[in-house]
Order: sequence, then structure tokens, then C-alpha cells
Amino acid sequence: MLELWHGYVWPFLWIVIKIFLLLLPLLLAVAYLTYAERRIIGAMQLRKGPNVVGWFGLLQPIADALKLLTKEIVIPSGASPVVFLLAPMVTFSLAMVAWAVIPVDAGLVISDINVGILYLFAISSLGVYGVVMAGWASNSRYAFLGAMRSAAQMVSYEVSIGFIMITVLMTAGTLNLSELVLAQSEPLFGFLPGWYLIPHFPMFIVFFISVLAETNRHPFDLPEAESELVAGFMTEYSSMPFALFFLGEYANMIMMSAVVTILFLGGWLPPYDISPFNYLPGFVWFSIKIAFCLFLFIWVRATFPRYRYDQLMRLGWKIFLPFSLFWLILTAFIIVYK
Amino acid sequence: MMAESFSDKDDKYTVNFGPQHPAAHGVLRLVLEMSGETIDRVDPHIGLLHRGTEKLIEHKTYLQAVPYFDRLDYVSPMNQEQAYALAVESLLGITIPKRAEYIRILFCEITRILNHIMNIAAYAMDVGAMTPFLWTFEEREKLMGFYEEVSGSRMHAAYVRPGGVARDLPIGLTDRIFSWSNGFEKILDDIEGLLTDNRIFKQRTVDIGIVSKKEALDWGFTGPNLRASGIPWDLRKSQPYDSYEDMDFDIPIGKNGDCYDRYLVRVEEMRQSIKIINQSINSLPSGPVKLIDNKINPPKRSDMKTSMEALIHHFKLYTEGYHVPAGEVYRAVEAPKGEFGVHLISDGSNKPYRCRIRAPGFTHMQGMDFMLRGHMLADVPAVLGSIDIVFGEVDR
Repeated sequence: MLELWHGYVWPFLWIVIKIFLLLLPLLLAVAYLTYAERRIIGAMQLRKGPNVVGWFGLLQPIADALKLLTKEIVIPSGASPVVFLLAPMVTFSLAMVAWAVIPVDAGLVISDINVGILYLFAISSLGVYGVVMAGWASNSRYAFLGAMRSAAQMVSYEVSIGFIMITVLMTAGTLNLSELVLAQSEPLFGFLPGWYLIPHFPMFIVFFISVLAETNRHPFDLPEAESELVAGFMTEYSSMPFALFFLGEYANMIMMSAVVTILFLGGWLPPYDISPFNYLPGFVWFSIKIAFCLFLFIWVRATFPRYRYDQLMRLGWKIFLPFSLFWLILTAFIIVYK
Repeated sequence: MMAESFSDKDDKYTVNFGPQHPAAHGVLRLVLEMSGETIDRVDPHIGLLHRGTEKLIEHKTYLQAVPYFDRLDYVSPMNQEQAYALAVESLLGITIPKRAEYIRILFCEITRILNHIMNIAAYAMDVGAMTPFLWTFEEREKLMGFYEEVSGSRMHAAYVRPGGVARDLPIGLTDRIFSWSNGFEKILDDIEGLLTDNRIFKQRTVDIGIVSKKEALDWGFTGPNLRASGIPWDLRKSQPYDSYEDMDFDIPIGKNGDCYDRYLVRVEEMRQSIKIINQSINSLPSGPVKLIDNKINPPKRSDMKTSMEALIHHFKLYTEGYHVPAGEVYRAVEAPKGEFGVHLISDGSNKPYRCRIRAPGFTHMQGMDFMLRGHMLADVPAVLGSIDIVFGEVDR
């Protein structure tokens, strides 16, 4: 009996507990990211943003969630109900599943697998399925166009994301995300932080822009471009399915910010391993860096107009792809012949 | 067999753009024939906001018709009142006091800015930039405050009337307008900083929806849309009305006639409008603001308490109205969107026999098809935003 407990039940329970410990703060973060976005954009646009529900409007995300929960789920008559309802679930669960390999602090990770970066890449590629299913199942032209755009966009930007990931993992010499972070702990030239941001700065920019495209955020939010496609693939969705898409999008933003943090900003590492920097625990540093990336997401949204479909493809295939390929080869040369 | 079922004809499909679409600028319905994301044909459907304005005016006295003009293009009300007032005045054969003309100019230029900032902001939003919209609404708020100060209403002013303007400016209003106009250039610079040199904005607008000089003339384009194609035609210069000949201003013109040029022309027109506003404030003559003829304009309220004649005038004006000599006239003004004309036919009674309204947006709307052919779906809102359509005037 004790053997069963120690051998099977407790490890399983421990994993479940770990998942809850990660997902609960994550879902809260997703809810409050929507609040932060509205407040920050509000400030940039000379208005207040939500400030009525609760202190400083802090209960607004909860009110929104309750509102969406109590609405009716409308399934269009021409839609394919199973796929229609499956699509938001796919999107949402994929956005959650990716967190399994993200190391929040030294050793604080649900599953410390050897091929973490490949796993991440695979999961983020699957993300397009939710969108395509939604667009197809809605049986609406706006939704369908949105889904087509999204599929093309995600595929094209994943190519350069892939090359950049290869560049980084060549530099680190590992596919394990924790080791990848630790590889950045060695100071550069003895005084600069060893984050890959510095040696791979151009790739950081390209990666960040590709992440914007990958998460369908401004200025690449073509799949849900309001002024063209009403709400793109989400046009026919209401109530909780819509909320799942919405949460999935924001969870994806946080997830991709975490990836940027791990690949380029040194994960949970402080900039210098001296006081007062190392007073803060690692996961706080990790959160600060994620918050910085998320702020960039929001800032870009408040500033830029939207790309057109063909311009977006041109940027992806004709500029980012050759550039990241060139950088990959350059890095390989330097690693081999240094 | 498969090859046949995938012929060119089958690749085409139609999309309904509107009437309930966030970027349709009201109740426009465009039927788009597309292959993939490329547009083959655009079929604009109008009439969803038709209110029968022209017919309604036939059953109202000349004064009662004024408010209908606010409701045509509800983004630039006073210019349209002015066109109607000019038409009635020419039928009556009267000239209005100089101060009234200057006040009309002042408020028509305020209206022009009101219209152009609304258009540019909505246009920026159509191509995906949200922030300018909220920045300009801050300014619109102030401008509508000026409207309210003179007329009591923030949008549908009914301020410009045949025979002058409804009442004189309140004390201190010119100072407030002057200090606002000095600060506005800075706001305009901020908005331009977000758009004019923005690479994404330029990619979305340069060489999109090109209108050549010939096309612009053939399709009856007027206003900024015509000037963006390189034709320096502005009724304020070519056929000055209401003392515009006293004002010193330039007419910006574009070169390529694309969406970007239309945007630039509007921005520069706003800067010229500020110039005109400042001039009209600085040289505002003193004197009455409406014709001192109680057959056309109501007597003073205080006179009505003592003068029987004034009381009778007041009663006659607000029941029967005034009779306009038989004849017909077409008067046009340079409204922010283009040439806004009123063709008025009078049979000598107290009501117009016919009032035909020429709305600039209507002719621009016709151009949607040739401007959009071969472009992509994302260009539809860009072109639509750049030609500045308001459905109140298109459908009338």
C-alpha cells in the first residue's frame, strides 16, 4: 500500500499540484493582462480605461468573465457544431499545455525534458489548428478569410522563428530550456550580462516581431482585423467559446513572452549575480522580464497601423527568412572557427 | 473533370461588406466580387439611410428647412446650412452684413477642421491605428463646445440662417477660439507624427486607390479628393462667397491622387483653416449679425414687448414664414467633403417648390468600383476612409 502511494499516487498527485500551482497564477495573469492592456492603452490615448468596477477597476476582468459566462452560446445554423465548439478548446488548451516545459526558476518546472525547445515549437505550430477549425466550422466568409490568413501567416513566421531558435540553441549547445538559461549566466567580456540579447540583438528584434505575427497581435492582427473582417475567425463566436479564444490569445502572448525571456533575456537570471540584484528570487526576475515583453506588445498595439496581407507575407518570406538564415550560418561559422 | 470544376469562374465568390460592418462608415453595403483576397468588382448599394430630406423640405417654410441641412452630412453641419442660406439669399436678392459673413467663415472653417480630424482619425482606424482617433476626439470635443456656445447645440446647430447668423458671438468666444487654434497645430503635429512618416501607414496608403486627373473630372469628384489628384479647384478661391476673397490662404494639391495624397491634402487644409480662422478673428468687423429687415429676420425680443409691429412680424415669421420671389438658383459651397450645392426652385410661395441637394459624397461613392478593382480586401476600408463618406448626405 505504502509502495503504491510512494510509487504511483504521490508522484501523480504532485504533478497535479504542480500544474495547479502554475495554471492558477497563469490564468489570473491572463485576466489581469487584459486589464493592464486596457489601462496602458487608455493612458496612451488620453483616456482612463476601466476604473469603475472595484478599486481602480481591478474587478473589471472578473466582471467581464462573469458576463461572458452567463451569455448564450450561439451556434450558427450552417455551422458544424462539433468542430465549432472544439476549436476554442483546442486553442485554449494548447496555450496552457506549452507551459509544461517553461522553467520559471531554477528547478521550478513541471517537466524538465531534454527537447523542451522542440516541444515548444511543436505546440506553437499546432496553435493554427484552432483558428483554422474555427474559420472552417463557422461557415461564414469573414471567418473563413480570417482563418486562411491566419494559417498562411503563422506558417510563414514559424519558419524564421525556427531558424532563430536553432541559432540560439547552437550558441547554448542544448535543447533543454533550463540549461539554455544557465548557459546565459556567464558574463559577456566579464562585465556585460551574458544574455543572448547582446550577441544576437538583431535576432531578438526579428524574433519579437515574428512573435507578434505568431500570436496575431498588432500590427499583424490580420486574422481578426476589425475594419476588414469584422472579427475574423471569431466573428460567429459568443459567450464562453469566445472567452476561450480570447484567453487563449492572451495566454499565448504570455507564453511567447516567456519564450523570448528564456531565449534572449536570460530567463530567471538577474542581470548581474551580485547584491542587490540577487536579493530578488528568480521567478520575480522572470515575471519582470515577461511583463516588459508584454508591455512592448501593448505599446506596439497602441502605435502602429495594420499590415496588409501581402505586405505581411513579403516581410516574412523576403526579409526575415533570408536574414535569419544568414545569421544562422554566420553563428555556425563563428562557433566552429572561433 | 477535376480541372473543369476548378475553373476561374468557381474561384470567385461574393462578400457582403456591410451594412452592418465596423468599417462601413454608417450603413454602406458593398457587394464585393472577389477571387481570393483580390477584388474583381465593387457594387455599392445605397439608400439605407434615406430619409426623404428633399421632399420634406418642400413642405416646410424656408426657415424650417434649415435644420435638415445639419442632418445631411452630420460631421460638417454649418457648411451645408451656409449653402442653403446662400441660395435663399440670392433668390431674395439680399446681401448680409459683413460681420455675419465673417462669422460664417469662422464657423465654416471650424467645421472643416471638425470634419477633417474626424475623417483622418477614422481613416487611421480603418488601416488599424487606434490612437489618433482618441486624440482627435479630444479636439472635436473642444470644437463642439464652440458650436454649443453660439448655437446651444453641439452638432445640429441651425446657426447659419438666410439673412445672416442666428445670434452674435458670446463675449470672449473669439479669444477662446484663438487660444485653441494656437494649440491645435501642436496636436496636428502629434497626429502626423504617428501617421505621416509611419512606414506601415505609407505601405497601406501610397499607390492605393489612385484617381487620375481625368478620372477625377469624369466621375465628378470635388473637394479634397479632386485636389489630391492635382487639380487646384476650390470654390472658396474660384467663386468666392461670403467674403472668402478677403482671406489669404493656399490650396494644397496632391500629385498622385492616391489615399496617401488625400490624407496629406486634408492635413494641410486643416493648417490653412487655422490661418483663415485667425484672420477672420483678427479682422472681425463690428455691426449687426443679421439683416435688419423684420420681413426676413425676427425682431428683437425686447421690441416685441413694446412694439405692436414687431409682435406682428414675429407672429407672421414663425407661422407663415416669408415669401420668396419665384425663380431658381443653384448655389454651391466648398464643404469639407467637396462641392455641396443647393438647387432651389421657388414658385413665389412661402415654401420651396423644389430643393435639390448635390452631395459630394454621392459622386465619390460612384468611384469605389474603379478605385478598388485589382486591390485587396484590406484596401477596401483604406479607400473608403480616404474618400470621406458620410451616409447622411449620400442617401439624403
